[in-house]
Amino acid sequence: MSEPLRNTLLFAGVGALILLTGFMQSWNSALLILNMGLVSAIMALGVNLQWGFAGLFNVGIMGFVALGGLATVLVAMPPVEEAWAAGGLRLLTALVMGAATITAAVLAYGRLTGRTRTFVVLGILLVGFVIYRILLDPAKASVEAVNPALTGYLGGLGLPVLIAWPVGGLLAAGAAWLIGKTALGLRSDYLAIATLGISEIVIAVLKNEDWLARGVKNVVGLPRPLPYEIDLQQDPGFVDRATSLGLDPVTASTLYVKLGYSVLFAVVLIVLLWLAQRARNSPWGRMMRAIRDNEVAAEAMGKDVTARHLQIFVLGSAICGIGGAMMTTLDGQLTPGTYQPLRFTFLIWVMVIVGGSGNNLGAVLGGFLIWFLWVQVEPMGAWAMSWIVAPLAEDSALRLHLLDSVAHMRLLTMGVILLVVLRFSPRGLIPER
Amino acid sequence: MDFLNAIVALANFVIVPATAYGAQLALGALGVTLIYGILRFSNFAHGDTMAFGAMFAILFTWWFQSMGISAGPLPTALLALPFAIVITGAFLLATDRVVYRFYRQQKAKPVIFVIVSLGVMFIMNGLVRFIIGPNDQRFADGERFIISARDFKAMTGLREGLAIKTTQGITVITAVIVVAILFWFLNRTRTGKSMRAYSDNEDLALLSGINPERVVMVTWLIVAALATVAGTLYGLDKTFKPFVFLQLLLPIFAAAIVGGLGNPVGAIAGGFVVAFSEVTITYAWKKVANYVLPDALAPDGLAQLLTTDYKFAVSFAILVVVLLFRPTGLFAGKSV
Repeated sequence: MSEPLRNTLLFAGVGALILLTGFMQSWNSALLILNMGLVSAIMALGVNLQWGFAGLFNVGIMGFVALGGLATVLVAMPPVEEAWAAGGLRLLTALVMGAATITAAVLAYGRLTGRTRTFVVLGILLVGFVIYRILLDPAKASVEAVNPALTGYLGGLGLPVLIAWPVGGLLAAGAAWLIGKTALGLRSDYLAIATLGISEIVIAVLKNEDWLARGVKNVVGLPRPLPYEIDLQQDPGFVDRATSLGLDPVTASTLYVKLGYSVLFAVVLIVLLWLAQRARNSPWGRMMRAIRDNEVAAEAMGKDVTARHLQIFVLGSAICGIGGAMMTTLDGQLTPGTYQPLRFTFLIWVMVIVGGSGNNLGAVLGGFLIWFLWVQVEPMGAWAMSWIVAPLAEDSALRLHLLDSVAHMRLLTMGVILLVVLRFSPRGLIPER
Repeated sequence: MDFLNAIVALANFVIVPATAYGAQLALGALGVTLIYGILRFSNFAHGDTMAFGAMFAILFTWWFQSMGISAGPLPTALLALPFAIVITGAFLLATDRVVYRFYRQQKAKPVIFVIVSLGVMFIMNGLVRFIIGPNDQRFADGERFIISARDFKAMTGLREGLAIKTTQGITVITAVIVVAILFWFLNRTRTGKSMRAYSDNEDLALLSGINPERVVMVTWLIVAALATVAGTLYGLDKTFKPFVFLQLLLPIFAAAIVGGLGNPVGAIAGGFVVAFSEVTITYAWKKVANYVLPDALAPDGLAQLLTTDYKFAVSFAILVVVLLFRPTGLFAGKSV
């Protein structure tokens, strides 16, 4: 079978699975899977850039995704005027002060030497931290005191939500630059552990800094790029068109909004995929793969391995940030409590490995397929389990326990899928050429 | 008197909890560092191995409790430990046989092992949630305190109390025993010496007739014991919740790297460095400061550097500092 035919069949297969969901369950759930599949595909594309192109092992995807989510709040929510009046500027001053401290410490570290350096740097950090806290704490308290049940944060810029997508990419890129500067150039495990750390810290900040994005109180009702279902249902023109298609207006409006998201996401995915393919086939892409396959040889050819790694690490993380911003837009809310490493970091890894690391199309396919399985394993597991426990008595404790635990089947399944693919088809469904 | 009160408050809120936590981290980091030294990869499944072992300790504890077996003033979980270790060891050997051995024979790159360990992590995490569920489990029984705050106050007449929980005492004592046995094993026995030889130089070790599969098997068994003990002690001292162990990965790795990956002494030192920094930085120093400083200088706020929600940031900061300035760790680890 030729390669294009094989790939087309694979994508058609996943498409058929989603269509099947539409026919057997409901079109709403099929579109939900499609939309999250598109987002997952984008994240997988970002990780594939890092792992497939350059062999960088990033286990902090969750953090970059969450930063993208933060960007939607910061860009799209309307500013809370009272909070700004209460302490917005003081808060910003404190943050600038904190950044200035770190910059000063870095500069001092570069200029001085010996023991003086140690003392000066530590002194700058200590004094800077104390001033930072003295400025920050009261400002934070007064901002968070502004109507805490509804706002209690600074709000955003009130710009259209679509702008948040590239901004999410920029935020993630900034974080990636910082972490890459530290950990790249050391052994690969260190990058993994450093990224694991930064992602936990991003989540901790999101959960606890209420002035930023309300913490665990969540920001709900994010502005949308598409009309609301209620407005559609009250629009006579829309209702007419829906009835002429034989749909009731409520279903038609939900489908319309979801399809709208699908189109928006598909556009982003296609643009990113096109860029990634161009990058792959360019001299830059070949250089990256050369570095991945033999760092020493590439270095001998005069390539700056660490700088190239930093470049691609930042790019890949930015794509994850864009995906994260899109996901939060789709959800319409930022809920820091729901960010779990198993779901947002390791699941994306399963997508990349199963799809085919090093191949952009493979990553996209893996994104769709694994997301479909992630959603559907639970009902399938429940069905299988009800069949398994059928011989047990109605009230047997084992039966009840097994039925209760069905929800945890998906982790087990993902682990098994990952191990099986790694063992028997380590190059994935669509291998790198 | 004030000075004594300050010391007691410090001991009660910082030194005792940090020592117990440090012992737990040290045991966890020892497991990570052993796998790194012998099998040469960072095992991301280690946190879930701890959860897995602790889960069996809990299940055996419940079983013993239902049969009326108890260890008197000590927690029943101590009796359950050996059984849990056997099951965890069997499970780890099975994973090695089914999963890791294949890649060892292929001489796969370390990063492939790491990804494989992610798969194992998923499976173990799923199993733990499947068997015991995602909720909090309490299984500590026996005497609650070695010395309670009230007794201490009555004994000494100080205003501050010093409470030492039984679990904290047991944590430290068990950790000392386990570490002593481990070092005796590594330094004195033939198998232990062959493990160190294999870790130092694989080729030379193979030349001198050391059986690599045997070394690997013994390593997994030791790691199972360490992880089960660490997980159970953590669960006794704090609480058992499956996802907590995933979050423990970061401080454990930080401890292993700070000490130097592959270096057992380093792992222990690293565990205590991380634990003490975490606790001192997230502790509210107001009470101690009030005793020590004159009234005019006493702080208004809590005098807390970071809230406890940011304790991961502390392990992370230590990790970054070590990576930047001394990538091989405090005690020379294997490689950069």
